[in-house]
Amino acid sequence: MTTPDSTTPSRAAAPAVELRGITKAFPGVVANDDIHLTLRAGQVHSLLGENGAGKSTLISMLSGMIAPDSGEILLDGRPVQMGSPRTALDLGIGTVYQHLTLVPNLTVLENLLLGSSTSVMLDFHAARERFAELVARLGAAIDPDARADTLALGQLQQVEIVKALWRDTRILILDEPTSMLTPQGVAELQRVLERLKAGGIAIVFITHKLHEAIEIGDRVSILKGGRIVGALDEDELRSKTPEQLKARIVNLMFGEGADQLSGVAEIEIRPLTPDEPRDVSEEAELEVSGLSIDGGDDEMSLHDVSFVVHRGEILGVAGVDGNGQRQLAQAIAGQRPIHAGDIRLAGESLRRLGVPERQERGLRYLTDDRLHEGIVRDESVAMNMVLKRIGQPPFWRRGTIQPSAIDALAEELVDRYETRTPSIHTRIGALSGGNIQKVLLARELAFDPRLVIYNKPTHGLDVKTASFVRSQIREQASQGVSALVISTELDELLAICDRIAVMSSGRLTGIVENGQDAQARVGELMVA
Amino acid sequence: MDSSALLTEAFFAALISGALLAALPILFASLGEAISEQAGVLNVGLEGMMLFGAYAGFNGALYLHSSWLGLLAGIGGGVLASLTMVVLCVRMRLDQIVVGVALFLFAEGVTSLLHGAQFGESYPRLEKPSELAIPLLSDLPAVGESLFSVHPIVYIGFALVFLVSWMLRRTSTGLNVRAAGETPAALDAAGVSVVRTRTWAVLACGALAGLGGGYLAIIAAGSFTPFMTQGAGFMAIVIAMLTRGKVLWTIVGSLLFGVSLTIATALQLAGITIPTDWVQMLPFVTVILVLILFARRSYLPSALALPYVRGER
Repeated sequence: MTTPDSTTPSRAAAPAVELRGITKAFPGVVANDDIHLTLRAGQVHSLLGENGAGKSTLISMLSGMIAPDSGEILLDGRPVQMGSPRTALDLGIGTVYQHLTLVPNLTVLENLLLGSSTSVMLDFHAARERFAELVARLGAAIDPDARADTLALGQLQQVEIVKALWRDTRILILDEPTSMLTPQGVAELQRVLERLKAGGIAIVFITHKLHEAIEIGDRVSILKGGRIVGALDEDELRSKTPEQLKARIVNLMFGEGADQLSGVAEIEIRPLTPDEPRDVSEEAELEVSGLSIDGGDDEMSLHDVSFVVHRGEILGVAGVDGNGQRQLAQAIAGQRPIHAGDIRLAGESLRRLGVPERQERGLRYLTDDRLHEGIVRDESVAMNMVLKRIGQPPFWRRGTIQPSAIDALAEELVDRYETRTPSIHTRIGALSGGNIQKVLLARELAFDPRLVIYNKPTHGLDVKTASFVRSQIREQASQGVSALVISTELDELLAICDRIAVMSSGRLTGIVENGQDAQARVGELMVA
Repeated sequence: MDSSALLTEAFFAALISGALLAALPILFASLGEAISEQAGVLNVGLEGMMLFGAYAGFNGALYLHSSWLGLLAGIGGGVLASLTMVVLCVRMRLDQIVVGVALFLFAEGVTSLLHGAQFGESYPRLEKPSELAIPLLSDLPAVGESLFSVHPIVYIGFALVFLVSWMLRRTSTGLNVRAAGETPAALDAAGVSVVRTRTWAVLACGALAGLGGGYLAIIAAGSFTPFMTQGAGFMAIVIAMLTRGKVLWTIVGSLLFGVSLTIATALQLAGITIPTDWVQMLPFVTVILVLILFARRSYLPSALALPYVRGER
């Protein structure tokens, strides 16, 4: 090969960033182990991996938040020291973090000016022009004077992208950018990325969804346990069918033949095969009618929500996060006062009943706020198992605790739910997220539930645990336990639900029978 | 009793000049606290910083024979006290409330100890600093003298509020301060040091609290007595919390407390006597009333009193 030809119209071949042997260890775990990665201008490089595969650590190093233990980062062939976010920004690396980093009480323009202003006075005029230019490049429409907390999630993300591009950015890192978007939002994002690619920007696209990685990426690298376990280049992506690619990636991630394993294939391959249509009783288990909740200034209010969950049915609740799902779940569970309407379980109104009375009648709530609402971190696994039965026999008698009864229950549940813990007396805070979720699941499903509200039951879990949780939901349903499953992962709802209700801005915009065109119809209802 | 006795010139003059004297220390301190809170540092030691400012200011004015140098010394005292906050809370990330309470108790003890060692039981008085009379305005009936013939620092004080308000809205420093209190991770990701931003905010708070203390000793009282702030710092914390980042409200808040602190004296001048118990209660009743009426108004920055650790969620 001769000297690089600068007259070539396509700059796609030029390596913009090269990572060589990047290693980073945290106490007890090697988060990144000898990573080699090349990013090219005008290309989207997908980085695929499960939670905990080391994706976040890798981008934290690229964006200067943390420093690698060893290895080097080359920018345009020259090694660079990435000591702080400042240096990364100065080098032209912009990052859109998974958790949005806009300041909610500042306007869009103020957010963009944050840290980018070199003079003492804020130059709103120049910022306005730059904003108009970048927004046009994205093909978006956003009011620069709106306060950040008044924007929708999709718009916030576009602002984040504008922010990442603000200072002549050449390398754009997107950390799980699709996790909060509707299917339409994802399509929109894809269009934005196409335009940015055409502008010669190198994009790192981080995701844990296989289909997105191959649809959006020009190249794909697969990260597992802190190592790159495989990579697909442009030629391979172009020459193979999506099915071949999926099979190949699943093999790379889980070893040969892994795509045959239902637990793995289920999450990783789309379309997930929905369960056989089941016979669901016509009997109404939970009836919610005209439910309204006043959320005040800070929270989403619910308006006139009505639906029925039949006995043994799994009703999904889809919607972009923060559209009233949590309020709905808490209202049914009795953790939040309702303004109007009624909730009936097996024909009995729950309106005047508190949380314990509702539990007594078989209502269970699996919270989405595992670490704060779900557990008492410094108590043992065993104690957390009976957290919702404090004072009740056989675990308490005449006000005194009965350790042997509690331990016996805990041993049994830990065993049945395959919870990995050193002992039932281990502090629960020391367990991994997946095992904590198993404890919560065990706690809610014990003692004959009638209806269980699962709020984001697999959020942030590894593939295996997520699959375990889903199979538990289905098994319970087959035994006649009704389920209300709230999730932001549409694929998951399509895989396990009988029907899917959609929430948007605190309203129930519709209920869809799960089936062939369910995905498209749910997507339409999400933005309705 | 004739209600027209209330509306005499003497009553208004006493009320206004008294309210200004009492309001200014609170104004300075609450302005400082507002800056610090916007940056995410809850400064419970404000009262202590004021005491240090009062003590240093008094000594400065006494030995240097200038109210201006005294006020400067007061600023110095406040800044020194706030350095403790900077080192322990901003840099070493200790609990802001614990350190603040400790600072307050320390200041109470140390300033009265030093004062005792210096002067024993005597309380030397400063000569009355010269006032700046604004021509024409100061000749107005009733309010003229009390409003427009005062120490120039009063005018500077009000101007400072407007300056800080402008800074917070229109300068990059102001923007950094607001982000540091609301979403420090965003500020960090934008390449601005959270620690540095908070450090400057706390030092500014110390300077303003020290200035308030200095004003109290040099101009309002003319002497230093132990514990002389009498809760002014805590009232200032309340005011700062109620401003929701709009610092112009500190003027309204501190004048309200200023009036409640002086109204009794003014009433006595007007010939109406009320029991001293009531007099001493009034400022605290005001605090409670204000909190009952406006507590819902208070909005505190999300990251207030939380030390910033990079990468922690």
